[in-house]
Amino acid sequence: MSDVEVGIVGLGIHPFGRHEGVTGLQMAALAARRALDDAGIRWSDVDFAAGGSDSAGNADTSVSVLGLTGVPFINVENGCATGGSALTTAHAMLTAGSAEIALVVGFDKHPPGAFNPLPEEWGLGAWYGETGLMLTTQFFAMKIQRYMAEHGISASTLAKVAAKAFANGSRNPNAWRRKPLSEDEILASKMVNPPLTQFMFCSPGEGAVALVLARGSRIKELSRAPVYLRSVAFRTRRFGSFEVFSPSVPLEAAPSPTAEAAAAAFEQAGIGPEDVDVAQLQDTESGAEVMHLAESGLCEHGEQESLIQSGATRISGRLPVNTDGGCLACGEPIGASGLRQVHEVVLQLRGEAGERQIPGPCRVGFTQVYGAPGVSACTVLSV
Amino acid sequence: MLEEREFLPVAEGLIAGTAGEPALVGSACDRCGTVTFPRQESCPRCMSEDVQERLLGRQGTLWTWTVQCFPPKSPPYRGSPGENFEPYGVGYVELPGEVRVEARLTESEPERLRIGLPMELTLIPAPGPPGAMTYAFRPLEKGE
Repeated sequence: MSDVEVGIVGLGIHPFGRHEGVTGLQMAALAARRALDDAGIRWSDVDFAAGGSDSAGNADTSVSVLGLTGVPFINVENGCATGGSALTTAHAMLTAGSAEIALVVGFDKHPPGAFNPLPEEWGLGAWYGETGLMLTTQFFAMKIQRYMAEHGISASTLAKVAAKAFANGSRNPNAWRRKPLSEDEILASKMVNPPLTQFMFCSPGEGAVALVLARGSRIKELSRAPVYLRSVAFRTRRFGSFEVFSPSVPLEAAPSPTAEAAAAAFEQAGIGPEDVDVAQLQDTESGAEVMHLAESGLCEHGEQESLIQSGATRISGRLPVNTDGGCLACGEPIGASGLRQVHEVVLQLRGEAGERQIPGPCRVGFTQVYGAPGVSACTVLSV
Repeated sequence: MLEEREFLPVAEGLIAGTAGEPALVGSACDRCGTVTFPRQESCPRCMSEDVQERLLGRQGTLWTWTVQCFPPKSPPYRGSPGENFEPYGVGYVELPGEVRVEARLTESEPERLRIGLPMELTLIPAPGPPGAMTYAFRPLEKGE
């Protein structure tokens, strides 16, 4: 752990959803400008930048919109962990003393419908996609199907996760899906991949998020309500973990990349999961939030059933999760998702989350993002 | 070659055996025994490059499952994308002592699928132009 503190001093977001006629790079530039304004600095004050998208162009191109300042800019493309990877890079540059003020940006713009990755780009034979096995939705359905059987999770709990997401999204002006839906409506929606119905899945979408980070004495200069990035940890899969796009999985089990990244993030921060006041977890579908709660160490495996049924993960509960509506209500622009989680936690820690501000004390936040083919990035933030 | 095994596999090096008794082509590590599917040139567990081809067992139990209820996008899917789409089952079948293999299932009715169901390897027509076959698992009837 480094002695040098890193703080998040600027937040910028372009609303999530569908924005016809607006390019991903335009969304990124808008988010970056808002983050710079929030920190009260100019683009020329930034001495390191990192960012990227999955399918909306390379982030460095936004420099031509923001201004050509010669800033070192690293383009990141790392699936769903794109934002987390950009943040990891900026955090390392700041703690190393290679930069004083950094900007990270994540954005994306996907066409409607499920993602259609090509097997050849994932080290798999063409047959895997041709025969109908290469779908992320199938994987998540099969992972939660097994998990429900092993740990006693009900379909009602899956529906409650989605109902909470849409209720929270209705309080978030930057969310895409802002209409609350009941548990019954969610269960009765079209079956996509059993046990998961249509409204238990997020949709690929559009949006952008930018954050300004600073180190040491610059943090308090630039922020009235400093929030510190206590740790960021990033892991890939080990042999034995059950991951997306796997034609086979070994009989021996291993901890998931999320479990390892979360444990490392808490250890580096010197803060435990029991101290977390608000969490943002990858919820590309309802089951993911259920499983990631336990993989992150925020509860025991199987405990989710009572936690979620009792309302503990709602904004008013003792462990609010995905207070901005998560991927379910915001949609998933891959490059922006991980940074959206951090954006929301910083707002909560500042006490600036408006209608969706958690009522209790808010001193420690946690974020977790997961992506293909088995990567996870976690952060611990605190005031 | 084609006559010997009586079917055209969807990809070379993936399925061996005959139409009546197909077998998946995997690999086993000489050093640590880890079994993979499809076959790999090195072991994902111990990194050894001493890996041999191995025909996997044909029977196992359903470890988890789902049903694909909407047509996957083409590409990469080669099956019927529109109104002719028929939902299909997908699962991981645990082959005892070897590995869990992801596969299409011949059964797509959720009421007839459950974790622990005994399954056996079979062939189904691969999605796309007629001719090629791909692997799938079918539920074993009682006493089979």
